Amino acid sequence: MRLVIPLMITFVAGMIMILQFFVPATQPMGDNLQEWYMIVSSAAIFLGAANLITVHVHKIRFKARNWKYSPITLIGFAVMIITGLVFGIEADLPFDYLFQQMVAPMAATMFSLLAFFVASAAFRAFRASNWRASLLLVSAFVVMLGRVPIGSMIWNKIPIISEWIMQYPNMAGQRAVMIGAAMGMIATSLRMIFGIERSYLGGAD
Amino acid sequence: MSWEVIGIWLGALLSLCLYSFLYKDNPFYKFAEHLFVGMSAGYWVIYAIMNVLVPNWWQKLVPLEGGFQPIWLVPGVLSLFMLFRLIPKLAGLSRLSLALIVGTGAGISITAMLQTRALAQVNGTIIALGQGGGWFDWVSNIIMVTGVVCGLVYFFFSKSHTGVFGGAANVGITLLMVAFGASFGYTVMARISLLIGQTQFLLFEWLPTMGIHL
Repeated sequence: MRLVIPLMITFVAGMIMILQFFVPATQPMGDNLQEWYMIVSSAAIFLGAANLITVHVHKIRFKARNWKYSPITLIGFAVMIITGLVFGIEADLPFDYLFQQMVAPMAATMFSLLAFFVASAAFRAFRASNWRASLLLVSAFVVMLGRVPIGSMIWNKIPIISEWIMQYPNMAGQRAVMIGAAMGMIATSLRMIFGIERSYLGGAD
Repeated sequence: MSWEVIGIWLGALLSLCLYSFLYKDNPFYKFAEHLFVGMSAGYWVIYAIMNVLVPNWWQKLVPLEGGFQPIWLVPGVLSLFMLFRLIPKLAGLSRLSLALIVGTGAGISITAMLQTRALAQVNGTIIALGQGGGWFDWVSNIIMVTGVVCGLVYFFFSKSHTGVFGGAANVGITLLMVAFGASFGYTVMARISLLIGQTQFLLFEWLPTMGIHL
């Protein structure tokens, strides 16, 4: 019984969103629902933040491994919240300053660190064990070479070949994946709307 | 010392702390990592409040021109229910919010996926083989159409991959390997360009603050 109301909400919300696409009269209802969706799903970030605080307070309380770093996370979180709420988020104010000078460089550095890990993982995992694996290796190598000046210095056709690989074989593969994934998502969405797929409700019967 | 210089130093020192992980896991890295997690979480909470909740909820519940719109209490209450997940006794109420999110999301994704990921991609694939003119465009267009069709055949598991079907699936996996290789190369280069950007920041913005000009 405790699943009936959530399943009904899922069905009605899903059907309204599908109908508003085909029946113009239902569009205002669909637009409102879409705004409700945005508001309620944004509450999930508060859930995440509450969870982050709980985890780190718990670590400090029970002196778990690396607990000494947990106050740093909590202080960083508090500083952003306080500056954002007190000064606002407009440019050149403390919140924006902290984002531009601290969060953005750290994010860029974190992602640039991946360059080393991806390269080292590729070195370990890429083996030209069969001709298809060799094809993958060659295609990756040509695309990488085509995007740096040394590629055109070795042979001026490398950037053109790299562009062709991106535009044709890569696009064909990406499209096949995209269409396949879209079909899968549509099927899963229909299963959710019709209440066949219920795992998101916590697996309760 | 101006705020700009302080900002450059903060960014540079935190970047160096994170890069120190390339040597091995160390307290400097852990410090920057924990700070990054906390500040990012704080940033997204404020972003959700200022860019989603205030304009889309609060300003509709209590419009600037006056009046009170009680219908907008419903998403507010459902948002509150979402947080009840943290209280075991009331956690069941969060299912109502989750149901709204999942239902609406599923409804949106059906039409959006069908339009952008399925029909638009099929539309882009149905191209005149001779489009562009020369023999090279012919070959390229054939590779494109064959690649998409055979790639889809490879992903179709309801029929065993034998005979002609198996042959098409083999062509599909071959083109998919080229595509995965190209995507990998592209991703690596995107990360490398971030690395170059950060290195340039350290060399041409941070070092000059100490009077070192390269």
